[in-house]
Amino acid sequence: MYELLENLGAWLAGGEQWSGSDGIATRLAEHLQYSLLATLIAAAIGLPLGLLIGHTGKGAFVAINLASFGRALPTVGLVVLVFLAGGLSMLPVYVALVALAVPAIVTNTYAGMTAVDPDVKDAARGQGMRGHQVLRQVELPLALPLIMTGLRLALIQVVATATIAAYVSFGGLGRYVFDGLAQRDLVQVLGGAVLVAVVAVALDLVLSGLQRLLFRHRTA
Amino acid sequence: MIQFDAVHKRFANGTTAVHDLSLRVPEGGVTVLVGSSGCGKTTTLRMINRMVEPTSGTIRVGGKDVTEQDAAELRRSIGYVIQQAGLFPHRTVLDNVATVPLLLGWSRRRARSRAAELLETVGLAPDAARRYPHQLSGGQQQRVGVARALAADPPVLLMDEPFGAVDPVVRTQLQDELLRLQKELSKTIVFVTHDVDEAVRLGDQIAIFRTGGHLVQCAPPAELLARPADDFVAGFLGAERGLKLLSLRTLADVPQAPAPQGGTWTLVLDEAGRPLHWATRDTEVPLRPLRDGDSLLAALDESVASPTGLTARVDADGVLTGVTSRDDILRHAGRAHTEARVSA
Repeated sequence: MYELLENLGAWLAGGEQWSGSDGIATRLAEHLQYSLLATLIAAAIGLPLGLLIGHTGKGAFVAINLASFGRALPTVGLVVLVFLAGGLSMLPVYVALVALAVPAIVTNTYAGMTAVDPDVKDAARGQGMRGHQVLRQVELPLALPLIMTGLRLALIQVVATATIAAYVSFGGLGRYVFDGLAQRDLVQVLGGAVLVAVVAVALDLVLSGLQRLLFRHRTA
Repeated sequence: MIQFDAVHKRFANGTTAVHDLSLRVPEGGVTVLVGSSGCGKTTTLRMINRMVEPTSGTIRVGGKDVTEQDAAELRRSIGYVIQQAGLFPHRTVLDNVATVPLLLGWSRRRARSRAAELLETVGLAPDAARRYPHQLSGGQQQRVGVARALAADPPVLLMDEPFGAVDPVVRTQLQDELLRLQKELSKTIVFVTHDVDEAVRLGDQIAIFRTGGHLVQCAPPAELLARPADDFVAGFLGAERGLKLLSLRTLADVPQAPAPQGGTWTLVLDEAGRPLHWATRDTEVPLRPLRDGDSLLAALDESVASPTGLTARVDADGVLTGVTSRDDILRHAGRAHTEARVSA
């Protein structure tokens, strides 16, 4: 066990692992690229949906069912399915990652919108705001902390899952995991896993810190 | 002026909130809608700015049918204060107050300077402007709510139980402030409350609603207290409605006499001539000196508590001007009742 950790340390510290076209730096950049793009697409789908459901109060069952659907969806299965249907490209990976991220974004956005005090919304309408003004000036800013939590959760889930890009022969930090498994190189598998975990935790810390900074005026 | 004609409101679930309401709200006065919960008073108020749409009948504000106006524009022209203030928690106090001017397209600079002016009007310190609503007390939040409603200087102000959530001491302060403001501004105010004392204190006229949305009686407070239309109104006003009537009359025209000298009880003054207490050789009884603006009810209360039956009267500086006997107060109380019964 101790030897394994020692080897892992050596692997992570080794200079030759970090540079080059298949070095850790490149894999990390690929991994982040997949994750950010997938989360961005998911946000473009999930945010308007969550805002619409929250603002109108209609279709709440969609939000709730989407959440359980998203949780039940087997990501690897989805990758394989889209791969078989559409052939080898990054498309299956993005479809799977977006599908993973959308529910977290929709449900948190919706939750943020419904958590806005009805008295405040009533007052906004009563002062003469139109529907879109209530949404932009009152609901959206008040729901923002929860919306950001949704985006953060989605991104972290996606980062943790983006290893599957390597499953269908693409890059990212998953490369080490799948290559390591194929070569029975346990140190490489562990190294990849540790890197993914570190990236996910680091992003979480940075984003939640940013959130706290942005909303320091708010009460709990 | 606000005019309800045969207004009916039935909600989707079948309950009738307002039943065949015809009511005239005179310009520049305070009309209080009062009744127990579920009597339709809030629904009535909210139909004025179209937060609720009537099922049938017409509501006119300044002669214009509200349903023929754009709802958002109508609301910007009517001040609206709700319980718990309903302030925007993510905006500073100043920006909360500037809401309607900004919606009306004022420049940010002009809206903010108007907002700052209004904070002063409602008695808030200038340093409140930069704060967020949750940093203020309930009473201060309510003042901000009133300032926000007044920001664009609307002729009509709707107030939905605005002081319902603050403690009695602060509530009295806020009521006093509202009366002071109203003396200055002469807005047409529609005020909803379930508190009869608040209604009597603030109202130029009071409309009493019964469950099912029936308007039972609408009259000035003195007339309502002296001549309730039926048992429901009498019951709602409470057993002490005779005393409540006295709260509407001031002491101003009740005569006073010089303080008596050399009885068992002496009225003790400080060096400036302000009454301190009643005293015999070995006891002291505290007293509450009254000014001309105090009510007959307060005078009656004081005269009952006073060991001599005399009430100390003071001027604006608290200096003794004379005393009034219990008999004089009772005689005026009786006269107040007779007048209220006779005047139509």
